[in-house]
Amino acid sequence: MAKKESNFKNMVLTLFMVTFIASAALGYIYELTKGPIAASKLAKQNNAIKQVVPEFDNEPGKESYKMGVDGDTLEFFPAKNDGELVGTAVSTFTNKGFGGNIKIMVGFLPDGTIHNISVLEHKETPGLGDKMQKSKSEWSVQFNGENPADYKLKVSKDGGDVDAITASTITSRAFCDAVERAYNAYMEGGKK
Amino acid sequence: MNQWKNFSKGFFKENAVFVLFLGLCPTLGVTTSAINGLGMGLATTFVLVMSNLVVSIIKNQIPDKVRIPSFIVIIASFVTIVELVMQAYLPSLFEQLGLFIPLIVVNCVVLGRSEAFASKNNVGSSIIDGLGMGLGFAMALTILGSVREILGSGSIFGFKFIEGDGMLVFVLAPGAFIALGYLIVLINKINKKTA
Repeated sequence: MAKKESNFKNMVLTLFMVTFIASAALGYIYELTKGPIAASKLAKQNNAIKQVVPEFDNEPGKESYKMGVDGDTLEFFPAKNDGELVGTAVSTFTNKGFGGNIKIMVGFLPDGTIHNISVLEHKETPGLGDKMQKSKSEWSVQFNGENPADYKLKVSKDGGDVDAITASTITSRAFCDAVERAYNAYMEGGKK
Repeated sequence: MNQWKNFSKGFFKENAVFVLFLGLCPTLGVTTSAINGLGMGLATTFVLVMSNLVVSIIKNQIPDKVRIPSFIVIIASFVTIVELVMQAYLPSLFEQLGLFIPLIVVNCVVLGRSEAFASKNNVGSSIIDGLGMGLGFAMALTILGSVREILGSGSIFGFKFIEGDGMLVFVLAPGAFIALGYLIVLINKINKKTA
């Protein structure tokens, strides 16, 4: 077959056909994957909630509520067992990380005690700052069971009660900042 | 051209990373571990094979003056498909590579093969060329990822074999350049011997 000539009509028609078919194919794939993508995002969220609060039997993802703090929003997931509040998972953030934003999920018991913490998203240095993840080190376990009312959420260098990650003081500070933000919001009306 | 030669050139003689120095942005960016390199390599292979296939089918329908925009649209479509499918079925891998998947569009390897090979050859050779170049790229990324993971974190494919941290610099950006430099020296030596 001979090559098509590069005249105006041919070029417009070809580009139109190529983009038309491409967009049709993409629309189809998008429809196909929409369900599974939403499901995997939800599963990830539920997993994080399950890790940070005591056992519950409701669906915290469906009862979540939001609160605007410091120019962004925190999301609260109340966990209930037999209709009684057993804990609240708070999805919180900080922009003081070494690599920008850090998103973590903090689980509070109704009295404000930290039950457990799980890291959702971060861009910290691999091998240093990423030790805040449970999969990398046990560092964040020190927060469990502490109540920020009498536990200073600052690294020991700044006069607080938290042992910083070695060589990652900035990450540790950011982590405390995120936990504190969640705690303050939780105590100031985030508890429902 | 002999089909076996056509396939195997992507691994050593014309390896995209080690010899042609194409697509270095994802190469340096994602190879912090072996599994990341492999995932990125396979995603690129898929895009390469599919875009080579489509380009070689419609090469005569495309007027010369608009071939580059047409190729880019085709490549971008396949990249978006990979992104959506990976997000849906391999969410943990997507989390690691997410940022770099859209960058496959601007990976010169893909456009380079469409332009230099698929637009001049038949469907069969184009698929084999895409497969060879893609797997060669995946191999390069996996080797580089393994080296950086072994030296930097003391593990391979996520299995830790040394306690402690290893040489952190290899996981960070400078380590990518250092490791890639030494690998290129090695590959050049091998290529010289066989040539």
